[in-house]
Amino acid sequence: MSDIQLEDKLGTSWRKPHFITNPALRWAVIAGFVAYMIAAVMTIEVDWGRVYEGLDRGWAFILAFTSPDFVSRASDIWAGLLESIVMTVAASVVGILISIPIGLGAARNIAPLPVYVACRGIVAISRALQEIIVAILLVAIFGFGPLAGFLTLSFATIGFLSKLLAEDIESMDRVQAEAIRASGARWMQWINYGVQPQVMPRLVGLSIYRIDINFRESAILGLVGAGGIGATLNTAFDRYEYDTAAAILIMIIGIVMALEYVSGIVRARVQ
Amino acid sequence: MLQLKKLTKTYKTGDQALKAIDLEVPKGQVLALIGPSGAGKSTMIRCINRLVEPTSGEALLDGVDLVKLGATGLRKTRREMGMIFQEYALVERLTVMENVLSGRLGFVGFWRSFLRRFPQSDVDEAFRLLDRVGLLHMADKRADELSGGQRQRVGICRALIQNPKLLLVDEPTASLDPKTSRQIMRLITELCRERGLAAIINIHDVALAQMFVPRVVGLRFGEIVFDGPPNGLTPGKLTEIYGEEDWEATIEAVDDNGNEIEAAQ
Amino acid sequence: MPVLDRDGTQVWRRRTGKESLGRWFGWLLGVAAFVYCWQIISDATTWFFVWDAPRIANDIWTRATPPKWEYITQLGRPIWDTLNIATLGTLIALFLAVPVAFLAARNTTPSALLIRPVALLIIVSTRSINSLIWALLLIAIIGPGVFAGVIAIAIRSIGFCAKLLYEAIEEIDHAQVEAITATGASRWQVMAYGIVPQILPAFAGIAVFRWDINIRESTVLGLVGAGGIGLQLSASLNVLAWPQVSLILIVILVAVIISEWVSAKVRGAII
Repeated sequence: MSDIQLEDKLGTSWRKPHFITNPALRWAVIAGFVAYMIAAVMTIEVDWGRVYEGLDRGWAFILAFTSPDFVSRASDIWAGLLESIVMTVAASVVGILISIPIGLGAARNIAPLPVYVACRGIVAISRALQEIIVAILLVAIFGFGPLAGFLTLSFATIGFLSKLLAEDIESMDRVQAEAIRASGARWMQWINYGVQPQVMPRLVGLSIYRIDINFRESAILGLVGAGGIGATLNTAFDRYEYDTAAAILIMIIGIVMALEYVSGIVRARVQ
Repeated sequence: MLQLKKLTKTYKTGDQALKAIDLEVPKGQVLALIGPSGAGKSTMIRCINRLVEPTSGEALLDGVDLVKLGATGLRKTRREMGMIFQEYALVERLTVMENVLSGRLGFVGFWRSFLRRFPQSDVDEAFRLLDRVGLLHMADKRADELSGGQRQRVGICRALIQNPKLLLVDEPTASLDPKTSRQIMRLITELCRERGLAAIINIHDVALAQMFVPRVVGLRFGEIVFDGPPNGLTPGKLTEIYGEEDWEATIEAVDDNGNEIEAAQ
Repeated sequence: MPVLDRDGTQVWRRRTGKESLGRWFGWLLGVAAFVYCWQIISDATTWFFVWDAPRIANDIWTRATPPKWEYITQLGRPIWDTLNIATLGTLIALFLAVPVAFLAARNTTPSALLIRPVALLIIVSTRSINSLIWALLLIAIIGPGVFAGVIAIAIRSIGFCAKLLYEAIEEIDHAQVEAITATGASRWQVMAYGIVPQILPAFAGIAVFRWDINIRESTVLGLVGAGGIGLQLSASLNVLAWPQVSLILIVILVAVIISEWVSAKVRGAII
């Protein structure tokens, strides 16, 4: 080890070793990145005249936040918001209830292989499909209205929650679960006493987080006719009623903040 | 060289960590600061380089009152005080060389340090120090690949490359095994002797302190209750510093170790 | 531990009478809320369409299969646009999120009273609003196109990245910062040597994670006119060209799977 001599080092310059040690590869990565950036920026067509014109409207929109109009379309806003909340609550309840058995089934350490494969398949499909695309398909099938939105959010909740629940179960402490099994408990008892106490706090935390996400998503489902505040918002933008749009956005932000606050308290209490 | 006059630190909670400390450290003297946890050892050395702001009093380094310095003056004066930390406090994701060179940050401009273009003299000095502590071959390793003893050696290099007048050493051996602890203490005291550095070493291990330093200061509840040579630490004095305990074994062990080390040299 | 005295024998219960009463009341309230929500959804639904749904689904399926494979030749440019929206949007967002995160983290903010709340407000407001809504807004301001998509993705991602980043900043090891400060380093040097190296892995992880999400989101931005493959999806849906829709959905699915794979690989290489 001591074959490096001080005399050899003195007077030589020192450079920090590079992240990618192979210089050819390093330059290739840098050149590739630069080339991509140039190509990407070149192919974006920006109509600067249009953007310049838009700045006034942008400014008007920012100003609208100082005087949001909750009143002139109060009934529309109220109906849309209520529908969003209703969809959120119903979809969260159904989604959470369904995702528990699927989450159990998707955990390799407690589920037999066929069940595991089936449940993982459901999770993968649900995660790969965007909410808004699912909503489009469900609207086509079930018609316009909050039912399509409710089904969309339930479906998305299953993918999200089952996956995280399954991962949590897979990483739990095996000894505790084995101790319960050793006492001769049945499968249901074993889940109830050996598994549930370990994953419950995180499940509660994740569920509340998902309610938060569901509400945010419910705000866009209206764009494709699946119910909620999104339709009202879309109309407001179409009519350039920035003050109404600002009012809706403020309400969404306010509700999300309130939900985050509540979820912080709940998570602190269950953990 | 370093003079503390009525240095006091009261935390916001009302805890008086330091109660009007008076202390003088002449040039080139190494002293150990002992005392129970919470006695204010850490606070005291942090008040000297103002990582903790003292509440009142003066801390004079060569006649300059550190307590009154503004931001720029403080930076300039911090360069003259090297600090060695408990648990090493190396920047773990940087290389050994970067960690050592970070001791020169007070001397180079931002962009130079950002681009890692340190002056050749600094680079040479870093190589010399690493060679001195036996880590030259590790220069381009990342700090988190090193063992505890090796990390503390890098920490020592980082402090020494500042070319300081004074070393502030906070529990240098707290997380090291007994053998490495001694090696590190020996290295610090040797380097201080070579370079004529003064040092204040915070240490909880009384035996280790007695083994290596000529002067021991005992702190209890933010007050100095002992100041003298290591052999003045009688069981009575230790009781005064730490509280009631059977101290004979500690002192005897030190004597044995002392003999052993002398015999080995 | 609640032990009831009943007929002279002691009976152990997990909770006291009051606690279990509270629990039952909570559950009752939850069930009532769900039933109420379901009622509203049910009222807003035309059940005739729902009973007819299997037939419609079957009908759509027959029309959509097989996908119109030759249509893929027209999807090259939209896919390229989608990739650019996600990548450039992520880069812009990261560029802006870094200062916001430093202003929002308790240990680096210049003023906890004035600046930190502003930074937190930026984070929560950009994060609570979906990128589709940002796109809707930007289209109203600067007109439809890829550029609006890039900006929408960028704005939506600022809050997300800044939140994760400022949490990482708050978790750094303070001793390392202290050690750099003690050398007499300036404020910026402390940042570059003491803080940045500690958060770099988190930063890289966040960047890749968000890029993966942004690929998903940019595939649907076209639904509101903000460029990318969603434009083709929207156009095909409008003319009920189901074989094209199914091909586009397959392309989106493949893109999502590839981006997830890439981000998993990159994250594995960094951490």
